[in-house]
Amino acid sequence: MLAIYIVLMLMIIGAVIAIEIKSLLSSVIAVGAVGMGLSLIALILNAPDVAITQLVVEIISVIILIRATIKKDLPESTTEQRVMSGVAALVFLAALVLVGIAVFKEIPPFGQPIMRVAGEYLANGVQETGATNIVASILLDYRGYDTLGEATVLFTAVLGVLTVVRRQGKKSEKSGGGSDHE
Amino acid sequence: MSKEREQGMSLIVKTITRLTVGLILLYGIYIVTHGHVSPGGGFAGGVIIALAFVHLLLAFGKDTAFKVLSESMMSILESTGALLFLLIALIGFVGGHFFMNVLPKGHPFNLFSAGIILPCNIAICLKVGAGLFAIAVALVLLKLAVEKEEK
Repeated sequence: MLAIYIVLMLMIIGAVIAIEIKSLLSSVIAVGAVGMGLSLIALILNAPDVAITQLVVEIISVIILIRATIKKDLPESTTEQRVMSGVAALVFLAALVLVGIAVFKEIPPFGQPIMRVAGEYLANGVQETGATNIVASILLDYRGYDTLGEATVLFTAVLGVLTVVRRQGKKSEKSGGGSDHE
Repeated sequence: MSKEREQGMSLIVKTITRLTVGLILLYGIYIVTHGHVSPGGGFAGGVIIALAFVHLLLAFGKDTAFKVLSESMMSILESTGALLFLLIALIGFVGGHFFMNVLPKGHPFNLFSAGIILPCNIAICLKVGAGLFAIAVALVLLKLAVEKEEK
């Protein structure tokens, strides 16, 4: 438990650094450190599947962030309505804390899940699916429908990115105006 | 600056990349094909395979990376992965319902066990790997285009 709290503290520090620091490269590296902390927590909680996925996704997202966005300037936030935005932030934070306390009273304590459906999977998973990795048997056998939806989401995301940044449109835009990037 | 980036990084990086890219690719394939036996699976393995190609792209520039895996090949692979996954799901109707595990289960801890989970993992790996590499390539190319316009 102590290790989790130490990693959580480091993650909070990393998140604060990522928001507050001026240099964009340092901010991206701090975000990467937060992701590494999350991966470590998954490893401490005996969830190697989640840890592997979190680690590799973190690596590819840091690479993409550094390669693709590092030279763009940060948009300056307006400081005129500082009082109003401060009050709004405080109200939102108070509501979040109150709802959070109410919710955390209802859920079972940490490390003692209810395990109604999961107990069924754990008991019969190996005989019914033949897979010794229970995560794979849930993702691709019991819950294959959800994974199909997730795959569709990823397919749509890739389609969206390729549509937005495609080079064909860039060329016609350049011949039309030329000042499409500041 | 932009021209130098297109040609890739220094000789040291290129030499190390030549040694490591194959190992990273092999590790990704291992993670995918053993997804039902040990931790891992199609998504994580697919991202590792995409990272191997991103490694190539960063070290050698986009020309060499496209020689290994062209843009049209990427979209073909991604669509193939998505369709393959749907096809495996539809094959379940042979046994009764959507996503039914119709293939033989085999013995636990064997590589060829667990019925449809191994082909499903391979389909997801194709989809995730090709899709994420396509995103990385698109964003890097966009940045190069922006830099060229600024010049």
